[in-house]
Amino acid sequence: MAELTIAASEGITPQQNAPLLEVKDLKTYFPIKSGLFNRTVGYVKAVDGISLTLQAGETFGLVGESGSGKSTVGRSIIRLTEKTSGEVLYKGNDLYNMPEKELRHLRPKMQLIFQDPYSSLNPRVRVGDAIGEALLNHGLAPKEETRDRVLDVLQACGLSSYHIDRFPHEFSGGQRQRIGIARALILNPDLIIADEPVSALDVSIQAQIINLFRKLQMTRGLTYLFISHDLSVVEHLCSRIGVMYLGTMMETAPRDELFTHPLHPYTKALLSAVPVPIPRLKRERIVLKGDIPNPANPPAGCKFHTRCPYATDICRQLVPEFRHMGSEHYVACHLV
Amino acid sequence: MKNNVIEIDHLSTYFYTEEGAVKAVNDVSLRIREGETVCIVGESGCGKSVTAMSIMGLVEEPSGKVVDGRIHFEGRDLLRIDKHELRQIRGNDIAMIFQEPMSSLNPVLTIGMQVMEPLMEHQKLSKKEARKRAIELVELVGISRPEQIVDSYPHELSGGMLQRIMIAIAISCNPKLLIADEPTTALDVTIQAQILDMLRQIKEESNTSILLITHDLGVVAEIADYVIVMYSGKIVEEGDVVELFEHPLHPYTQGLLRSKPIIGQRQDELYSIPGQVPNPLELKESCYFYDRCEHCMSICRTQQPVLHSRAGRQKVACWLYEEGVSHG
Repeated sequence: MAELTIAASEGITPQQNAPLLEVKDLKTYFPIKSGLFNRTVGYVKAVDGISLTLQAGETFGLVGESGSGKSTVGRSIIRLTEKTSGEVLYKGNDLYNMPEKELRHLRPKMQLIFQDPYSSLNPRVRVGDAIGEALLNHGLAPKEETRDRVLDVLQACGLSSYHIDRFPHEFSGGQRQRIGIARALILNPDLIIADEPVSALDVSIQAQIINLFRKLQMTRGLTYLFISHDLSVVEHLCSRIGVMYLGTMMETAPRDELFTHPLHPYTKALLSAVPVPIPRLKRERIVLKGDIPNPANPPAGCKFHTRCPYATDICRQLVPEFRHMGSEHYVACHLV
Repeated sequence: MKNNVIEIDHLSTYFYTEEGAVKAVNDVSLRIREGETVCIVGESGCGKSVTAMSIMGLVEEPSGKVVDGRIHFEGRDLLRIDKHELRQIRGNDIAMIFQEPMSSLNPVLTIGMQVMEPLMEHQKLSKKEARKRAIELVELVGISRPEQIVDSYPHELSGGMLQRIMIAIAISCNPKLLIADEPTTALDVTIQAQILDMLRQIKEESNTSILLITHDLGVVAEIADYVIVMYSGKIVEEGDVVELFEHPLHPYTQGLLRSKPIIGQRQDELYSIPGQVPNPLELKESCYFYDRCEHCMSICRTQQPVLHSRAGRQKVACWLYEEGVSHG
């Protein structure tokens, strides 16, 4: 066992004082093909110059509406989708610039949890085998030990030992998400990228899973990149939050700062649009006009100007810089 | 006092599976007044959508069947009229909006054709008049360039725009009752805010009654006048929205409200209702919530509580509020 652990961590030399994850000016473009010869006629700029830093033990929330590119950021970080340009550094090591073998050693340290755990589980594989599979694949435990490790992780995720020999269809949505989490957790990751992990769940079950995420972070010192469209969930889990719109980061700030002093008009509108379960509450609502523009043909200047109630000429012409406004609060807006 | 637009009494809808009958809707009664928005809220499988499908006569036989009850609408019982009569009511007096606008619209017909269809069918407008009215309706639901939009196909529009088209179709014949089944669930929050505003506006301007089905308590608080909470096919609590949110009586309603994270009211640990919804095939004579309830008493395990009135319009089905029941 001791040897195996060494083998797994041998791959890289962690840089001193480097953050756990650093993303610098990440761009991921998808080509649009068309015509007789299937030529590339343009690009969907799903992620267009995103930078973010995750310190060990923190939870960064990435929020945005559909098409904002938040999921592509998560996928590009762990190289499920290849980036177009930019850098992704894990403990100071460039994930896009290392031998295949080293990357394979690193993979267990970065795990992804998906929205719909049902479609990511093979219906014919017993849950215990599905969870243990990754451990064997990466050679992180001998076969005899696998079952014990699976039982440990099942228990940590609030499932029972008799669940180990069941099939995915025998579980409810909430339990399946627990299986998805167990599967990621068994590899002892440092970083978990969770892509809308509670969006498909009912409220009462959602609360259980949110609590589980929190508990696991406290007991195992995990770092989360939590991708969600639901601001109320993000507020409960995340220490820092980034707001994306059409592939661009509009604003990042520590949680309380963002929720009490949102600066970007998009963040303000997003916050005011979240329905609050208090019927007497009368809020000033900013209802945005129109739809999110087509990401293949985003507006010039500030990408938000077509829906922004305060847009001026400069917004239509110049891309706003991502500026530091003090107390770790960054915003890309001409008017702030 | 306003008149009731629709009165549903003791509605039961079952689905028949190989393992047995599933009581998807189990003895549900409800009333909707003129110009009132009633929300049915509950988690997946509680029977909220099947209630709407039963009203619209959309439960597919033989796998499912409305086995009992009455649905009074304008002096007629919708469960006992023939298909032809039902067709005249559907889309005309009662209209429905579904969750997935993309799959509810016909992909090979233009938007205009689909908005015009009920106008020609029910209002007997000529094709030319219907087109003119369709353009007006598309504009009314907040879509710019309506003349071009009516000639486009569903795949050319975004989800938010399609949902507006669905609303345009639904309100085209000035329905007395609009049923909306999770109309904003598939949409982004900023678009959801637009659609909710629109529903509110429709209700105010044309005094339409709305039955809105949702799982989102936030949406309920924004739009409802009256709320019905369902669990495992039964109504467990109902009441005016403010009363119900401020003084929920049923432990399930209380649990639901407490498990919803609210911005600005962060807790270290969110309240969560333990366990999960019971298997609909294994329901016995008991309160269906008993094994998840922190106030469970011996009577809850053996007898089903009945929905009884409490203060005002609020009703609850729970043994905690019945007199003469030993609490312990």
